Amino acid sequence: MLYLDQISFSYGQKKVLENLSLTLNKGELLAVMGPSGCGKSTLLHLIAGLKKPTGGSITANAARISYVFQEPRLFPWLTLEENLRAVLNDQEAEDGRIAKALEAVGLSDAAALYPSQLSGGMKSRASLARALAFGGDLFLLDEPFASLDEVLCGELCVKLRAYFKENGISAILVTHRTPDAQVFADRILQM
Amino acid sequence: MKALKKAARILLVAAFWIGVWALAAWGVGKPLLLPSPVAVAGKLWELMQTAEFYLVTLNSLSNVAIGILFAILGGSLLAILTFRSRLLRELILPLMTVIKSTPVASFIILAFLWIGSANVPSFITLLIVLPVVWTNLDEGLSQIDPQLSEVAKVFRMSFGRRMRLLILPSVKPYFISACRASLGLAWKAGIAAEIITMPRHHIGTMIGEGKLYLETTDMFAWTVTVILLSLVIELLFTSLLKRLDRKPIEEQEV
Repeated sequence: MLYLDQISFSYGQKKVLENLSLTLNKGELLAVMGPSGCGKSTLLHLIAGLKKPTGGSITANAARISYVFQEPRLFPWLTLEENLRAVLNDQEAEDGRIAKALEAVGLSDAAALYPSQLSGGMKSRASLARALAFGGDLFLLDEPFASLDEVLCGELCVKLRAYFKENGISAILVTHRTPDAQVFADRILQM
Repeated sequence: MKALKKAARILLVAAFWIGVWALAAWGVGKPLLLPSPVAVAGKLWELMQTAEFYLVTLNSLSNVAIGILFAILGGSLLAILTFRSRLLRELILPLMTVIKSTPVASFIILAFLWIGSANVPSFITLLIVLPVVWTNLDEGLSQIDPQLSEVAKVFRMSFGRRMRLLILPSVKPYFISACRASLGLAWKAGIAAEIITMPRHHIGTMIGEGKLYLETTDMFAWTVTVILLSLVIELLFTSLLKRLDRKPIEEQEV
């Protein structure tokens, strides 16, 4: 599903990743942990193609990669429902996946609200709903629950794990919370 | 009630400045140098009774409108091109700086020699407004949130969708500000071009003739016409924007 072969990345002179190799099998859930600045988010950026590695190669056999960014990154001028619709084609937008995704994160009643009307936690869940609606065979989750309380966070980790396992989806979760990583992942990568 | 209060405040401010003008005219005591507001209003009313007033107004209005329209279209297109090509931006930047810092009169005289008096006002309006539109849009495009651009990339948004949902909404405040600035500038540049080139039946020509024949009241009446037209167009533009603008309701965070 995903092969990282000796990848390296630097911001100018500062080396962030050096000769990292990793394999992720289909349906496998991986948690990535490590101190701030160790390159966890950069790793996800590289896999998503938002940055190019300075060395090594990445092979992703995924038809679609879905991403939950560290910040919610919602379009401020669109309602929550429109934010989800924005990443779908016309056919996908009409097949009920928007309502399903909003329901899955408990935001069905907030569909008509703008991001400025949502709390920090709601925005994070909205970002997750967008990724779920978009779908894909590889999910990249960059500390998606950082602004949620531990109980809700734990619940979402369990729900997400069940959803990914049921659908054979692979995922990489970047987190700094050990319990989340233990509940969610099949394997933990300590960086 | 709020709108009424606002209108009353605007009227009071206008009344204050007309009062200052009336006092100044009374103090100067020479209508040739500074006619009173009453004399100017009377002249304007008199002009408005003639068919020529409407022909002249329409001619100048169409000149300015054509100039603005082409400047907005040209400036927007150029901004998109320079956003996509750094080299083109580097080529265009000094040209825009030259246009912005060259006296309008120099361009008017040159354009008069090149294209004749009839098209000079529209051309000058275009020339003066285009850099304003380009500069604003260039700034707007450079301010597009890179994080949202990454969202568009990751979720494979098509160029059309990116344009509609990311680029246009991001650039909209800069576009509106460009249009607002353009409206005032366009009238100034267009009328200045008419005063110098004197095409038949145009407001600038009337102001120029007022100067030639020392008919100061006429000059003021035509100038007031320009100010009123400019205000009306700006009001129309603002109300159009309000209708088009769909803002999220500002509420307290949940």
